[in-house]
Order: sequence, then C-alpha cells, then structure tokens
Amino acid sequence: MTTTETPLDAAASALSLYEQMWLIRLFEEQALDLFRRGLIRGTVHPSIGQEAIAVGVCSVLRSSDGVLSTYRGHGHCIAKGADVRRMMAELMARRDGYCKGKGGSMHLCDPDIGYLGANGIVGAGMPIAGGVALSMRLQSRDDVAVCFFGDGASNQGVFHETANMAAIWKLPLVLVCENNGYGLSVPTSYACSITDIARRAGGYGFPGWSVDGNDLPAVLEITKTAVARARAGEGPGLIECKTYRWERHSALSRTYHVDPTDATNWSRHDPIERFGKWLVQKGWLDEPIDNQTRQRAAQIVSEAVEFATGSDEAPSLEALSDVYDNVI
Amino acid sequence: MSMTMLSEPNIVPSAKKELTFAQALNESLREAMTRDPSVFLMGEDIGPYGGLFRVTEGLYQEFGSQRVLDTPITEQAIIGFGVGAAMVGSRPIVELQFSDFMALAMDQIVNQAAKARYMSGGQLSVPLIIRTPVGTGLGSQHTQSLEAWLMHVPGLHIAMPATPYDAMGLLRTALELNDPVLFLEHSMLYSTRGEVPVDPYKVPFGEARIVRQGSDVTVIAVSSGVTVAAKVADELAAEQGVSVEVIDPRTLAPFDMATIVASVQKTNRAIVFHQACRTCGIGAEIGQRIMEEAFDYLDAPVTRVAARDVPNPQAKSLEMVVLPSEQDLKRAINSVLYRSPA
Repeated sequence: MTTTETPLDAAASALSLYEQMWLIRLFEEQALDLFRRGLIRGTVHPSIGQEAIAVGVCSVLRSSDGVLSTYRGHGHCIAKGADVRRMMAELMARRDGYCKGKGGSMHLCDPDIGYLGANGIVGAGMPIAGGVALSMRLQSRDDVAVCFFGDGASNQGVFHETANMAAIWKLPLVLVCENNGYGLSVPTSYACSITDIARRAGGYGFPGWSVDGNDLPAVLEITKTAVARARAGEGPGLIECKTYRWERHSALSRTYHVDPTDATNWSRHDPIERFGKWLVQKGWLDEPIDNQTRQRAAQIVSEAVEFATGSDEAPSLEALSDVYDNVI
Repeated sequence: MSMTMLSEPNIVPSAKKELTFAQALNESLREAMTRDPSVFLMGEDIGPYGGLFRVTEGLYQEFGSQRVLDTPITEQAIIGFGVGAAMVGSRPIVELQFSDFMALAMDQIVNQAAKARYMSGGQLSVPLIIRTPVGTGLGSQHTQSLEAWLMHVPGLHIAMPATPYDAMGLLRTALELNDPVLFLEHSMLYSTRGEVPVDPYKVPFGEARIVRQGSDVTVIAVSSGVTVAAKVADELAAEQGVSVEVIDPRTLAPFDMATIVASVQKTNRAIVFHQACRTCGIGAEIGQRIMEEAFDYLDAPVTRVAARDVPNPQAKSLEMVVLPSEQDLKRAINSVLYRSPA
C-alpha cells in the first residue's frame, strides 16, 4: 500500500474491513457466552461497540509494525491478523492456544504478525511500545509501534514518562487512546481533568487528534496521518478515539453505567452499522452481501470454537515451562 | 617461601591485568557493544557524564548518542523501553542509578519483564540487563539491598558479583541469556581492585565460588559481604584456630544449592551473612533450604547475620548500629560452634 491508498479505496478491501468488524463482534459475543457457560475461566473484557478503532487503526499497519494492546484487546488481535482459532483455543485454555493456556484472554500474543501482547496492567504497554519504536529506529527499520490504551491509562504516570521520552527522541510511536467513557465503574468525565484527552499531546509537543471512534473511515484517515508522520521520522502522535463501552467492564463485573440510558443511546451509533451505511452509500454493500459477510464471520467464529473444543487441554507439565529460556 | 617457587616453569600462566570493579564492567560493556550491534545502553547520566559511578565512562564518546542513550529521570520508562526493545531484537543494558529506584519501575520489572516469556507461552523473550547499585552510606533511599524482592519473582536472573573478576565474567554470561538479568553492584565495590585474565573468560550463572576452604563452619556471603567474611575467616583462623569455609553464590537466580549443601555436610554449621534487612532477606530462604536439604547434617541452628529491620540511617555512627559488622559475624561463628569468643 502506498501512502495515498487505503483499504477504503476499493470495494473488496473495504468489505473485508466490514467483515473484520463483524468477526470481532461475533467472536466476543461467543466468548461471553462461553464464559457464562463456564467454558472460559477468569474473565473476558469485551470491546463490543469499539470495533471501528481496532479495524481502522490496524488497517493501515504492516505486519512488521508492532502493536501493544490491553486486556480489552481481542479486536486489536483480530485486526492485526491473528488466527481466530488459536485465539479461541487460548481463551479456552487449550494446548493449541497462542500461549498454550498460560496467557488467556488478557495476554494474547502473536509476535509473528507484530502483535506483541495484550496487557493486564493499565498503561503498561505504553513504555514497551516506546521501546519497540526505539529498537526499530536503532535497527534502521521504517516500521512503527502502536500502543492501544484506555482513557484510564492516560491518567497513569507511565503515560507521561512514555510520551515525554518518545517525544524527545522523536520515536515512531503512535499512541491510540480508546476513550470509552469508563474506567471500570468510574466515568471518564470524573477521572480525567480534561474532556479531550488528545490535548494532552500538546504537553509533549507532538500532535494529538480527537476523532469519532465509531466512525471507521475517520479513524483510518487520522491513523494514516499519524503513521505516515511516524514512519517519516517526524515523531510520535496521539489519537483519541471517542467511543463507548456497551458491555460491563468484564464478564466478571456487575453491569454499571451512571446513566442507564447511555448504552441505548450509544447503540444508535453502532460502528458496524455506521460503516455498513457508508458502504451502502458507496454502492458496495447490499442486503445479500451483508448477509454473506455476517455468515462468513459467524462461520469463522464457529470453526474457531470447534477447533478449540477439539484441542486438548494444556498438558500439566506446560505449567512449569517457559519461565526461562535456558534452564541453567 | 618465595614467589618464584610457586610457579611451575613449564606452565605459562595466562596474562592478567589489574582492574577496578567499575573498570571491569566498563570493559565488558565496551566489548559487548563492539561485538554485537544490537547492544545499546540507556540510563540516567550514563552519556557524556559517564555514569554516576563511572561505569559507562568513555562509551558515549566511543559509540555515540544512538547507542549510549541518556534518559530523562524516568525509571518506569527506562525499564519499559528496555523491555520493548528487547522483545524485538535489541539487547538493551539499562542502568538504574540506585536500586532503590526499582520501586519506581517495579511493574515493568515484575509484571512485564519477568512474565512476558511465560504469559506468551514462550513466544516472547526479554533479553534485558538491568544494572543497578546497592550500597551503604547514602541514607534510607539510596542504599537498600532489595535483592530478596527480586529473588521472589520467577523469571528473573539475579547476579551479585563481589570481585572485578566475577563482575566481568558474569556480565559476559548475562549477555548470552535470553531473559531479564538484574545485575546488582555494590557501590563500595566499584573502586576495589582485582586481577582478571586478559583472555576472554566467562563466569556461569548458578555456580557458587568457594572463596575460602574450611571445615568448621560455612559462611554464605554475597556482594561486599564476601570480602568481609573472608577477612573474618582469616582472623579467626589466626586468633582461634577456627576453620571457616566462605561461599559466594555469585548469582541468586539461578541459585547453586548443591555447593552449599556439600559444604554443610562437611562443616555441619551454616551462617548466612548479608547487608539487607534480616526479615525475609535472602538468609531466610537460604537457611530454610539448608534445613530442607541438609537437616541431618546440622549441629547448630542455621544463623543469619544481617541488618536490623530499620531503614538505613544517614549518620555513620547510626548506620554501624544497623548494618551487620565483622564482630557480629565473629560472634555468630563462635555461637554456632558453642564457643566463647577468644
């Protein structure tokens, strides 16, 4: 892809983004269902309603670009190109899962496609992404590092440390803040000193953009700009994608929204529906294609469950390996 | 006996040179950076200034600002950037100016560096070396010995060299490991001198050094405590005819228990000597393992000679009250031997 082309320029590639959004939605609905049925242990943090960010951002990345993600990271993982079967196997603690059952939903990882791991600690991926960007620079690669994080993480000290160091070294780092309105139960409006988190970039002397995070073409365009700057050696950027967390914080938490009508209001801004309309306007989507797309996504998810169910549980000895590389 | 009688004429001893502890580290870093372009250094004041303890002196001038990176005062990012760079093909060696500052970066050390390989099912490696001083004399926030914190975390390697020879040899080995290494350097050791071979050599991790052979009691000492223990052993041999075996584990993870057990089987007594606080210090772990693995050989309780459970005070007179002394170690040795001090 050259810098002027995007997947939105052609029907086939635009439709594949649409399918990816459905794949994320259905994967997570399936994961929540498996959790409720006791087939997934721990918890699951759904990103339902936030699919445009994962797909929009990753659609302009190469597989050699690095992505650091969060515990709400299934979407990022799928959008970066992971094998959904191995993802589901990991959620279901099978030997064929990405992490052989040791990571689970919160620690999915596939370095081969540049997906360098989700993280259970709020904000912890940021300096790691900074280091990835630094290493790319030292290796004279023109790849970039992207770090997804939430509104809550933008209040962590490590945000400041990372942003400052990336700025002074002009590193190829793109910080993508998914502002979904909540840090577990606490509204962002309460926890954050400003409304537009993107403005925080100004404190470090690099650009920040607030964008409608439920508008895939908008997310994609801004990301393209930020990534192009980073690749060109012009330094980091911060993209704030305003979105909304429809679901509870995680499958373990109680449903809690300060205004119970919020979720209903936001569901009118369903990013998938909106992108569908965009595609219809382009003349690229009609009802039969829509149905086929959803069916294909559903088929991939059901094959993933089948694959995971058919995979053995992680063998018990696996518990003791991978602590160190060389046992010495 | 003259020195000439000691050397056998048909064996050419390998050439040696004398270096300080800091110089030994400096040479190892230079050698690593020359050999491996993926190695880079990052930390506070390590650039033109050469490091607070001069360990990186001259390296900025030699390798430039892209491989010797002065950072802002930003410990969490220093470690975090190191973790990220290590994940994608670099071999960062980062410096925390004092090990007390690990507290600012503990998430990246404990939750990230140590666990990345495991959580990813072996897909990620973090070959990151974190060099940092422990010490004395600078008060409560610049002299702690926090090695026990680290020993409690699976996934970390921990080296605690006591001599220029071990500092150089262990750092060479650390550079070959694919997991995070905490390299703890005692600030009082930096200016100490010792001989190192001119030819490259390595000191393996997980191999204790028997510093001094003995038959009456085993003293396990680390870092700056090794020299103290050896001195006490010499004095007790001369003054009281007591034969003390001194063992330096050199690395805490991996830990060479076999050498200690073999020693205790011979001496039947063990003392762990360290500068960190007594409670839950490494002596607690080492003592317990001796109990589990050599109980039948013990003729006296395993004893700890360690700092008192208070922060390090600034005044020397007060710090001497807190830190374990040579006299404390002598008393403990006599105590496990059921002897009165001479």
